[in-house]
Amino acid sequence: MSNLMTLGLQTAKYLMIVLMAIYTFQSFAVFKRSGAQAKDMVFLRQDVCIFMFQFLGYLVLFLKTMNAQLIISYAAQALYLAFTLLLFRNLYPKASRLLINNMCMLLTIGMIMITRLSSDWSVKQFWIICAGTVLALVIPVIIRKLSFLTKMTWAYVVAGIGLLLLVVVAAQVTNGAKLALTVGGFAFQPSEFVKIIFVFAVAGLLSDARGDLRKIILATGLAAVHVLILVISTDLGSALIFFVTYLIMLYAATGNPFLVSAGLLAGAAAAVLAYFLFSHVRVRVSVWLDPFADYANTGYQISQALFAIAAGGWFGTGLCEGSPTAIPYVAQDCMFAAICEELGAVFAICLILVCLSCFIMFINIAMKLTNRYYRLVALGLGTTYAMQVFLTIGGTTKLIPLTGVTLPLVSYGGSSVLSTLIMFAIVQGLYMLRIDEEKEDEKERQDPRRIPGEGDPA
Amino acid sequence: MRKRDKTPGGFRVREIRLDTTEQPGGSPGRVDREDRSRNTELVIVTYLFVLLFALLIGTVVWINTIGHGSLVSNVNNTKKDSSADKVIRGSIVTENGTQLAVTNVDADGRESRYYPYGQMFSHVVGYATNGKGGLEASMNNDLLSTHSSLMSQLRSEENSEKLHGDNVIVTLDPKLQEAAWYALGSNRGAVVVMEPDSGKILAMVSKPDFDPNTISQEWESMVADTANSALLNRASQGRYPPGSTFKILTTLAYLREHPTDFESFSYDCTGSLTRGDVTINCYNWEVHGPEDLEGAFAHSCNTAYANIGLGLDNAKFRNVAESFCFNSTLPTTFPHSESIFRLTSGSPEEEQMTTAIGQGDTLVTPLHMCMIASTVANGGIMMKPYCVSRVETYDGEVVEETKPAIYKELMSADEAQVLTRYMKATVSYGTAQELGWGWYSSAGKTGSAEYETNGTTGTHSWFVGFSNPDDPDLAIAVIAEDGGTGSETAVPIAHAVFDAWYSY
Repeated sequence: MSNLMTLGLQTAKYLMIVLMAIYTFQSFAVFKRSGAQAKDMVFLRQDVCIFMFQFLGYLVLFLKTMNAQLIISYAAQALYLAFTLLLFRNLYPKASRLLINNMCMLLTIGMIMITRLSSDWSVKQFWIICAGTVLALVIPVIIRKLSFLTKMTWAYVVAGIGLLLLVVVAAQVTNGAKLALTVGGFAFQPSEFVKIIFVFAVAGLLSDARGDLRKIILATGLAAVHVLILVISTDLGSALIFFVTYLIMLYAATGNPFLVSAGLLAGAAAAVLAYFLFSHVRVRVSVWLDPFADYANTGYQISQALFAIAAGGWFGTGLCEGSPTAIPYVAQDCMFAAICEELGAVFAICLILVCLSCFIMFINIAMKLTNRYYRLVALGLGTTYAMQVFLTIGGTTKLIPLTGVTLPLVSYGGSSVLSTLIMFAIVQGLYMLRIDEEKEDEKERQDPRRIPGEGDPA
Repeated sequence: MRKRDKTPGGFRVREIRLDTTEQPGGSPGRVDREDRSRNTELVIVTYLFVLLFALLIGTVVWINTIGHGSLVSNVNNTKKDSSADKVIRGSIVTENGTQLAVTNVDADGRESRYYPYGQMFSHVVGYATNGKGGLEASMNNDLLSTHSSLMSQLRSEENSEKLHGDNVIVTLDPKLQEAAWYALGSNRGAVVVMEPDSGKILAMVSKPDFDPNTISQEWESMVADTANSALLNRASQGRYPPGSTFKILTTLAYLREHPTDFESFSYDCTGSLTRGDVTINCYNWEVHGPEDLEGAFAHSCNTAYANIGLGLDNAKFRNVAESFCFNSTLPTTFPHSESIFRLTSGSPEEEQMTTAIGQGDTLVTPLHMCMIASTVANGGIMMKPYCVSRVETYDGEVVEETKPAIYKELMSADEAQVLTRYMKATVSYGTAQELGWGWYSSAGKTGSAEYETNGTTGTHSWFVGFSNPDDPDLAIAVIAEDGGTGSETAVPIAHAVFDAWYSY
């Protein structure tokens, strides 16, 4: 019996990698395909991959732990996937199916890993995902119907800065950094939501700022206030995300590379200043330079993460065969290392590519939008997402100092997964908006009064 | 549906359209052009993040290739230790099958690590309790991994037996190791023996040593005894002033600056040379009189070499030293300390003189000195030293093999030949004459390295060299702390090791 089990587990391990590889390939192949039918096939293949992957993941977990509760978890999540995929498809036939699929795949990987690390957490995470998905189903409607929301720039500025300040003043200290507020028994991280509000605020401030220096200075000042508050509350990862997001949005809004260079220089100068002013910044940097110098204390987390990645090798140890729990805060900060250890580097590289595919889709949507405000929102949200992925994966692999941000949709953390679901939903809403826009274009083009010859290639 | 392949910024991008709706034919010309100019920034941002994500992938690949070895063998890495529940730690065995470390399992399934040679291989083989050291630490991952066939793994599992970890086959030669260990006797110090044309480490002894079989019991007292620091592998991690053995590199630097007229070098040694407040004396206040370069080398004439040092271009001298891996890591995965060379183009004459005779601020590990001797023996080509020749499965299949690898050609064959000639002269009429009594020929350089730490002074005894200069078999470095001159202590030790090899 146990022989069969060993063989089966080994086979499942490689099958999971193969499924992920096929999925990843499809998520790029779709960009090349034209024709609705060919694309439908791609999306169908992806959905099959997701379900098979989820089944195998839970099968392995079940065989390893023989915990009957896992059967319920599996069924609940399979149902969730089926509902999400079907609901989006039927309620929003024009939604980007690539984004929905990617969202489901990343959530599935996250849920399998969180279940493997702690079944208590997985239940909690699952309910938040369900709530977030319901919210995500409503958001596209809100975007389409309530256009006055785009005019509330100053409300966003006040809300964003207010929430961040509230954290500094009233937050409890968790994990060494002041991040969370507790409201009615729920601890949540305002910075995760302020990210979204911030993108809307900046879009409002910059969408008509081209060539208007006063507006640019105002927007820059307000963005700097956000970043400063985050640095003071020692949330360096978020500070960096806000900073880069602002710079990228500024660049897209003004098309001026000099402004961005000046911003980068100012940022570099501020970083040097922060290095000398704040001891927590110095600690992060020295740990990054040599994690083993203070192995037992400050270097412990990153050392364990690196050991985990190395221990996994190309194909991983297999689920429940490694020891990712040796990494402190593995489910929040170092999920990527846990994935590398148990599912392998090949799988992890595919995961990076899936995240990249999401980002490209975000930008693709921004490119297609003609409304400057929405363009900036799509770009800003895309940048926020990509920066966060870069910071967390770069941090756990010691490419850059570890800042302790989550891997969106994969890491454990209610605020993180909820805000990312909202972010994806907003972009979905924008995607549908641009299809509306195109329809209007279409009408215009078919208008016989159009001046002939204008821009028409022969 | 259109694919637009050009943007005005000169970037070639295939813009990505992801419509589920098919558009009827017709070209949205005007809108397109606006789109293009508006999208330039977005395209650049996309490229930026594609680059950043490529960096992430590169880092993951790096960790699993180049960075992998040092992470899995890191002393703090206990990942593999959990597999000790499932895997019986593999053995460390020499090429001829002598077991150096083996895990015994008794009738009740209790495991114990046994080192048949006790203290003899203590530093190089290491220990597997109280943290880990030596090969037990650096090869931990392999010893606890199993590459035996799936069938035999399944068989073990069926009988609910533990799996067998892979065995590590080392290049060490027990007969040489034994000879070196006995020859070093009660001296503190180290002996390293290498095969010049392959880089195989054949023996590595460091004293004071310890018995890995009983290390747990003695751990507390050993760690407390910082004066002895018995856990330190002096052969690869102890740094000593090289003394006159460094004259090999000083001579090479001189040859480089006088490629045609070095044969006409002459110096009249009066026993001392003074610059500023530093006086260089020949050892034991000897006066060597007029001599050529070979004579100065063979007699290890300090004043002649201090004089050479004054004439050398410091920057070029430093280049020679740094090409031989001073101030950087050695080309080996074996854990070691970096050697130090401090002379710079601005250094004063006093430092030029002391550096040329291997005093000054220069520090070197015995392993490094052995590699330098080995490079001369190998016609100027430095090989990468290694002591793991392969990793095998329990049933003898090769998992991973180390092939001899060239590090670099550090000197020309001609330069190596001149240095070999001088090193032979040292044996035939110079400071290492005792080696001339053997029934084999040899070449080398002695050193008497004076040191001063915390007010106490003394002289370390050095010898570096190689046997059978026509087709070198062994390269060796010997240091005996406080052993006096090279000829007093280090040369007899090298002699004993060579004897052991040639009496096979």
